[in-house]
Amino acid sequence: MSHIAPSAARQALRIASRRYPSSAFSRASARAAIVSATGQRNYVSETKPSKATVNVDTAIKADQKAFLKQTGTKAEDATMPSTRMGADAMMSPAAGILKQATIMDEGSRPIYLDAQATTPMDPRVLDAMLPFMTGLYGNPHSRTHAYGWETDKAVEQSREHIANLIGADPKEIIFTSGATESNNMSIKGVARFFKRGGKKNHIITCQTEHKCVLDSCRHLQDEGYQITYLPVQPNGLVDMAQLEAAIRPETALVSIMTVNNEIGVVQPVEEIGKLCRSKKVYFHTDAAQAVGKIPLDVNKMNVDLMSISGHKLYGPKGIGACYVRRRPRVRLDPIISGGGQERGLRSGTLAPFLSVGIGEAARLAKQEMEYDTKRITALSNRLLEGLLAMEHTTLNGDRERHYPGCVNVSFAYVEGESLLMALKDIALSSGSACTSASLEPSYVLRALGSSDESAHSSIRFGIGRFTTQEEIDYVLKAVKERVTFLRELSPLWELVQEGVDLNTIEWSQH
Amino acid sequence: MPYQVRSLYRSLLRQGNQFAAYNFREYAKRRTRDGFRQHQNESEERRIQELVQEGLKTLQMLKRQTVVSQFFQLDRLVVEGGKTGKQTGSDGGIVRQKDQGWD
Repeated sequence: MSHIAPSAARQALRIASRRYPSSAFSRASARAAIVSATGQRNYVSETKPSKATVNVDTAIKADQKAFLKQTGTKAEDATMPSTRMGADAMMSPAAGILKQATIMDEGSRPIYLDAQATTPMDPRVLDAMLPFMTGLYGNPHSRTHAYGWETDKAVEQSREHIANLIGADPKEIIFTSGATESNNMSIKGVARFFKRGGKKNHIITCQTEHKCVLDSCRHLQDEGYQITYLPVQPNGLVDMAQLEAAIRPETALVSIMTVNNEIGVVQPVEEIGKLCRSKKVYFHTDAAQAVGKIPLDVNKMNVDLMSISGHKLYGPKGIGACYVRRRPRVRLDPIISGGGQERGLRSGTLAPFLSVGIGEAARLAKQEMEYDTKRITALSNRLLEGLLAMEHTTLNGDRERHYPGCVNVSFAYVEGESLLMALKDIALSSGSACTSASLEPSYVLRALGSSDESAHSSIRFGIGRFTTQEEIDYVLKAVKERVTFLRELSPLWELVQEGVDLNTIEWSQH
Repeated sequence: MPYQVRSLYRSLLRQGNQFAAYNFREYAKRRTRDGFRQHQNESEERRIQELVQEGLKTLQMLKRQTVVSQFFQLDRLVVEGGKTGKQTGSDGGIVRQKDQGWD
């Protein structure tokens, strides 16, 4: 709006100026000529363009002041009888001229409730990173000058923070580009190393693992390895007896994730670690969703390899870490070879600012874990109770062994994707972000034994450090309203209300 | 509570309120409040000094980060209050000006 006034004023000036010979306005010479000719200033002097414009903000302020002086009430408190709008809205010149002022209900940016996909970067992390994005740009592997030393020191410091968070030694932390690379490095690295030895060629993993673990395993299968994909119980947990039965003498590696990314169940990592240690099998766990959210200790849990992601713990994207045990030593065949950085396991120059970011995020996660857990649990219980109070809703995954920040709920008789479309004002997902582009039901829920319909109607709510209670209340209200609305549309819902069991219906074939 | 601590508390709250992003703003206020409440019964002088130092560091960080946040403002969230935020009540006080038909 504010650009209308200046352009009008400028136009007026231009029209007015046409009356004078153009030389009258050229700065020095004309002025000098006139002054010298007549001896006095009798012309319209040119003014600065800013003087000719109306500043809308100051104009409104001046109007409001005048209003207060006249009526004794503040403009925002007064209601105009003509339109029943606030006087401050009426007073705005733009609103007055255009009469197109629209009443806004609310802002338009959706609420973020997908903390399993990624988390916003904590301002404290950004604050730690900024010096390394501006002034401290040295290569941390440069040992010959101060630029290298200062970044190297910061990188080692952040390595220590990550090690502290999981109870490891700083030398056992390898920086990678993310949890996917860490998973690939661990699984393929261990498998290929043992392939050279010739004996062990069997890997055990689980059906509910993340895509990158499953895909690495499938890749190895093509190269001639044997893979066992363990099924899970209906509550999402691995059956220990089944795992023990699956371990063979030629098993090289067991890979089970700590916290599932879709249903949030916490696997019995400690027992699995103990079992693997007793059978002398390496144990890899994908802890991208668990680090910084639940207490972890690699020594207590007998974990040999652990994948960590930066952007799941309020750090930057594009960095992760891999814990590789030194005693007893875990031998890996590196995927990326080169200058021999990071103990030769992951060559390539480190990004100091990203490393510092994940280090600071890990430090904060350790510091804030107690506070965050308390808060997220409270919010999660509030959300879960509200959602389960609706009819025909079920929680996916175990209720007890459950990370509270991930709530996966099935709404029966509602299509999940259409509910996601109806909940445009909330950023949600029906499963992992990697598979959100396809309309297929989540393979994790299928592995739990859910029916196709139930898997299709599931929605994952991710609560994080920055989620507020107002947001949870808003979400509850929105979900309740829209689920009811969508069910009203559904003929199936009508049948269910009449008490018909849908499984008994024989649908006619076309 | 000594004057120094109270002043720090107020400055932290005031500075935290400057975040343009809703979630960070609410978190900063909540964390400040809960942090001070958690340590309100601290009696050891040394420990109090430590905490105050930590608070001052946080205040400096907030000063920098709120500026950054204000530089990169986004649209408001659907739950947010304020002039362009959510309408509460039925008085229709929240108005957004639309600039239509000019470009």
